[in-house]
Amino acid sequence: MDGYSISELWSILVMQGFSGLSLFSVLLLMALGLAIIFGQMGVINMAHGEFMTIGAYTIYLFSKVTEQYFPSLMPYYFLVAIFAAFAIAFAVGYLVEYSLIRHLYKRPLDTLLATWGLSLIMQQIFRSVFGAREVSATLPDWLMGSWQPTPDIDIPLNGLFVMGISIAVTIAVVLFLYRSNWGLKVRATTQNRIMAGSVGINTKKVDRITFAVGCGIAGIAGASFTTIASTGPTSGSLYIVDTFLVVVFGGAGSIIGTVSSAFSIAQAQSILTFFLTNAMGKVVTLMTIIIILMMRPEGLFTSKVRK
Amino acid sequence: MNTFYSKWLGGKKGVIELAVLAAFIFIVLPLWLDIFRLNMVGKYLTYAFAAVGLVMVWGYGGILSLGQGVFFGIGGYCMAMFLKLEASDPVSTARQTTPGIPDFMDWNQVTSLPLFWEPFHSLIFTLIAVIVVPGVIAYVIGAAMFKRRVSGVYFSIITQAIAAILTILVVGQQGMTGGINGITDLKTLHGWNINSNSAKYILYYVNGALLLGVIVLCKYVLSSKFGRLLLAMRDKEDRVRFSGYDVANFKIFTFSLGAAISAIGGAMFTLQVGFMSPSLIGIVPSIEMVIFAAIGGRMSLVGAVYGTWLVNYGKTAFSESFPSLWLFLMGALFIGVVMLFPNGLAGLYNSYLKERLEKLVLKFKQSGLFKKLNPVKTELQNEQ
Repeated sequence: MDGYSISELWSILVMQGFSGLSLFSVLLLMALGLAIIFGQMGVINMAHGEFMTIGAYTIYLFSKVTEQYFPSLMPYYFLVAIFAAFAIAFAVGYLVEYSLIRHLYKRPLDTLLATWGLSLIMQQIFRSVFGAREVSATLPDWLMGSWQPTPDIDIPLNGLFVMGISIAVTIAVVLFLYRSNWGLKVRATTQNRIMAGSVGINTKKVDRITFAVGCGIAGIAGASFTTIASTGPTSGSLYIVDTFLVVVFGGAGSIIGTVSSAFSIAQAQSILTFFLTNAMGKVVTLMTIIIILMMRPEGLFTSKVRK
Repeated sequence: MNTFYSKWLGGKKGVIELAVLAAFIFIVLPLWLDIFRLNMVGKYLTYAFAAVGLVMVWGYGGILSLGQGVFFGIGGYCMAMFLKLEASDPVSTARQTTPGIPDFMDWNQVTSLPLFWEPFHSLIFTLIAVIVVPGVIAYVIGAAMFKRRVSGVYFSIITQAIAAILTILVVGQQGMTGGINGITDLKTLHGWNINSNSAKYILYYVNGALLLGVIVLCKYVLSSKFGRLLLAMRDKEDRVRFSGYDVANFKIFTFSLGAAISAIGGAMFTLQVGFMSPSLIGIVPSIEMVIFAAIGGRMSLVGAVYGTWLVNYGKTAFSESFPSLWLFLMGALFIGVVMLFPNGLAGLYNSYLKERLEKLVLKFKQSGLFKKLNPVKTELQNEQ
């Protein structure tokens, strides 16, 4: 650490901490959708990353169309496009649940294989439609640039934006699950399907909506992902293992668990990356998670449901 | 002899299955294909080891391992390390800064052989390591997880993460592992040129024989009391546990066995293809191995071989003519096998073909031709 003054070290720490926070935001957004699908419903959706890619390509399409036909609307399109990303991913998720997932609720390992196949098909569709090369959306000006509280510290605005979205989505998910009528039905169905059905909850409909909402959130994750990285046909699948580990590590079925595990994984990874190489930082983080999971298989936070 | 017949081979039905498979591997394919294609089939058949391992672990044990490529890769890398050391003798690497170490180490400014490479100078150590190292690693992973009763989906996700870790590690430590390119330029095994056509034929037959041997071994394991317990455990784990069995130990054993079997495949892959790279050990190849087993029939050891051959044959044929269609087809295979025929080819055979074949055989037996061909045997059967 020689050659750095105290204030420079502090700046490095702040910026490295912030890059950890952006990683945390992306992981959290990805994991929230999965926490609903996997944590609440117990469905292993290996195509989750592809729903994220759907969201990312939606933003790309919106940006191209706006740029071409309504250049004056460029500053605002992003806000509309995020809702569209949610809606499209929601619709595709609804369709997938109806045609595929609902037949496999009793065979979790088979769901894993079927959704893996689905992800291959979706990747190839993306490749045929958008090409194999990575694309990036044209971002509105207010997302570019950075914020400099001191001359040494440089915090990118898009990172702040992603963080804002992930906080908003987390609050929305908590409200949806724990404060809304729908959330009550979702939790009732996961805790005891038969009893929930016998008190008049349409459990099949609940399943379909829950799955679709999870996919829609993945769409939002993809949408915000476009502000910090470009999109390719396989972008989503790069994150799928990390995302599953976040949900499992946090404890399936616990939103607080998902948030705290996304936070600790992202921070550990970005701090280790600074001291070790990129690859080794990731290896050490993943190894630590696995070792902790071996000691505590149920994850950090356990839901108090009797299995 | 009798126990060998009924336990190891699985009775008359088992013998026919094995004989058909042996005829397919040893006679039909070599007569049908030229050496280039045969070598390719040999490569597919090394994946079949992993698929057979998965039939044991997943079909019978109920444990879906998404890290089978890890063990395949470790076996392959052990063999590749030996072959690479042989290829990098001080004479042929005299132009390097440090002669006598593999070329990729020299390129990455590594000046001495890493310690874990040292024992791979010995062929006997290598052959033992191919089986023991993956077995021990599987034992450690299994012991840590099954004793803690981690099972089902959680186990799958963790094994997948392990596959990811190993890939990142191998790619990241370029100086010790050859990085993304893997270990290449493998030429001789104890002075024997493995790239010659005759060597390719011999290795193909060795590979086939080992594969049949592994299947016979698995049949024996399954026909024993252990096999029945394994099935019982898969269906009602708690009842087996309450009957006083240590469920975890059975699972650990199966998982280690599956790992060792895959590793043999990996070692044979290196010998036949002449390189080993991280692209064979990651998440995607591991899950493809699951589809091989699923297409063949997750409960059929012999089916796994046909499944592997068929999927890879399709992959090669399709990627040569319609590369973009292949992923659609692969995806459809995953979905179709799960939704429409969960027991794979073996299931299709059992429910459609088997009865017709049996009728055909019966007709043949009743016709005069069979009596002429086989007079003694039919008389004996009549007496019974």
